[in-house]
Amino acid sequence: MGLATFKGGVHPYDGKKLSENQPIEVLMPKGELVYPMSQHIGAPAVPLVQKGDPVLVGQKIGEAGGFISANVICSVSGTVKGIEKRRTAGGDMVECVIVENDGEYRTIAGMGEERDPSSLSSKEILEIIKEAGITGLGGAGFPTHVKLAPKEPDKIDFVIVNGAECEPYLTSDYRVMLEEGEKVVQGLKVILQLFPKAQGVIGIEDNKPEAIRHMEELVQNESRIRVQPLKTKYPQGGERTLIYAVTGRKINSSMLPADAGCIVDNVDTVAAIYMAVCRKTPLLRRIVTVTGDAIAQPKNFSVLLGTSYEELAEAAGGFKQEPEKLISGGPMMGQALFDLQIPVAKTSSALTCLSKDQVAAMAPTACIRCGRCVTVCPGRIVPQKLMQAAERRDLEEFVRLDGMECCECGCCAYICPARRPLTQAFKEMRKAVAASRRKG
Amino acid sequence: MEKMLHVSSSPHVRDGVTTPVLMYDVIIAMLPAAAFGVYHFGFHALLVLLVTTAACVLSEYIYERLMGKPVTIKDGSAVITGMILALNMPPEIPLWIPVLGGVFAIIVVKQLYGGLGQNFMNPALAARCFLLISFAGRMSSFTLDGVTAATPLALMRSGEGADLTALFLGTIPGTIGEVSKLALLIGAAYLLIRRVITIRIPGTYILTFAVFMFLFGGMDLSYTLAQVLAGGLIFGAFFMATDYVTSPITAKGQILYGVFLGILTGVFRLWGGSPEGVSYAIILGNVVVPLIEKVTYPKAFGKEGK
Repeated sequence: MGLATFKGGVHPYDGKKLSENQPIEVLMPKGELVYPMSQHIGAPAVPLVQKGDPVLVGQKIGEAGGFISANVICSVSGTVKGIEKRRTAGGDMVECVIVENDGEYRTIAGMGEERDPSSLSSKEILEIIKEAGITGLGGAGFPTHVKLAPKEPDKIDFVIVNGAECEPYLTSDYRVMLEEGEKVVQGLKVILQLFPKAQGVIGIEDNKPEAIRHMEELVQNESRIRVQPLKTKYPQGGERTLIYAVTGRKINSSMLPADAGCIVDNVDTVAAIYMAVCRKTPLLRRIVTVTGDAIAQPKNFSVLLGTSYEELAEAAGGFKQEPEKLISGGPMMGQALFDLQIPVAKTSSALTCLSKDQVAAMAPTACIRCGRCVTVCPGRIVPQKLMQAAERRDLEEFVRLDGMECCECGCCAYICPARRPLTQAFKEMRKAVAASRRKG
Repeated sequence: MEKMLHVSSSPHVRDGVTTPVLMYDVIIAMLPAAAFGVYHFGFHALLVLLVTTAACVLSEYIYERLMGKPVTIKDGSAVITGMILALNMPPEIPLWIPVLGGVFAIIVVKQLYGGLGQNFMNPALAARCFLLISFAGRMSSFTLDGVTAATPLALMRSGEGADLTALFLGTIPGTIGEVSKLALLIGAAYLLIRRVITIRIPGTYILTFAVFMFLFGGMDLSYTLAQVLAGGLIFGAFFMATDYVTSPITAKGQILYGVFLGILTGVFRLWGGSPEGVSYAIILGNVVVPLIEKVTYPKAFGKEGK
């Protein structure tokens, strides 16, 4: 008791022991690299290259296609093989730049040079982050330069680094904190430079005592930064639950963290900010956990963006038993994959390979109104009632019952003893409501 | 990979507690009370238990087969209905009465409204009320060791005192399952520890009832305690008022529901036509559940002030 947390939530089997002690391994791609122009929230990027063009490591190959959008950076050197639609982890066909890797990794001029952030203005820092193509690496993929430019920077008093990693099986953030903790601290200092009145808080679930201890050591001489241990409970790392746990402030679906004086960024994102601002290196790679009971050697990889998931699975020793379900991300919020011909994108936190699919194993039965969904819902809404509205496809009632406050964390469907696909129904309803609102 | 991969919406994992797990926990929790009832009242009580439960399960099976619906008797819910109904029976009841009640509970109260989860009244309780109205004499004649005996509640009505120890241990006349508070509380503790139920409904129900009886029953502590331990209050509060399907789903609603049941039971016991009032209070409570849920719909996270 007493640990910072939120009301509701669940404790699924966390599977982290499979990969948590595996140091980050650098994975070099073998085949072609695929760069989706849409791997962030917002407008797709516009390709800047054409078939046959030579490209370099660090070269911008996709230009942000709107205010909320992000650049796409090439992570290898070689030749553009083409621009075509490919399937991405979300299941959609997305325009992608395909690059044949020449294996030489020639970089653009000046990449990797050191830079002192203290001489940079806020505007310059934001421009560097934008150019580097950085988006939230935790899951949603919101463009970081937009997030870091709230209307009133002086009203931000918390910069929260999300090291909760509440999603089962995932250990990539944990490894980043253990192995690249300095980058996280330096990146956080860059962000704090943008928000002079803010304190930096690194939130970590207490099932990662090593990470808490290590980060506390790293920040012991930083007057503006502290580490906040959090109760281990899914979805502790959700934006709203994390802000509440750290600050006691609450935001709803129509508010931004900035409305509560907060900026929230994932640890790997903060490390990427450090690389872009202090080391002149744009977003080229991310840390990916390859795990699950079906994979031979669960591991954490540092992967160049654009690498195929198939190479990830191979590098982790392939499958030791036939997988029934492959998930991009973790089991609570990840996307099930049709196959592995999918590129690692900015939001690809993990490849989880499960030999048994618990969802297909049991058919939904009648709701018995046990109320477990209500108890676990971190949004404090009533999934049972929302489901009734969803079954009638009653959008109005769904909105009236605060269905738009659902964060799609999956707690209700996880806990439901009748195995009802609550979260799935709510995702569909939320999409339908959003579409009807767009129509006006 | 020769086989096709499974593709479905997240989440991809599920908790191990399923509907049958919850149902079987409730059955296990009623076993101490059932065992005591058989020990206390004899072989006929066992027959009532077995026959009533069989009647409920069989009614469900036959109805679902006839209607071409999936057969759901394995989920354990019909067994619970049968057990609750049987435990609510006087020990010497002719077997055809609970059989009729079981058929009524499953077919009329549960299946005609759409089956598990759809009934707006607790099937066992609705059936008990149906039997009480139809066969008032047989349903309220209690015997102990072959001799007709008045229940402690009836005795208290006529101004006599009650032996608290006997009320707690269950060495009194009454229905098969309601007499031993010790056995019932063991089962209730099991349900609470297994988190099948929370204390919200039974806690507020019993507490409200106690306060009500204290205030309006003469400010007498031992009378209040005897009222709490007598009749079907403990059984009803932990095993019938907590029925998922027919109780409010919101936390605030559950508290309101418990208070409502407590007051209603107090009114019935003090001023009603019969000395007992738990079954009628819960059945009436069932009916106002939709209203309670409507007025206690929670404020979403971050929208509390709005």
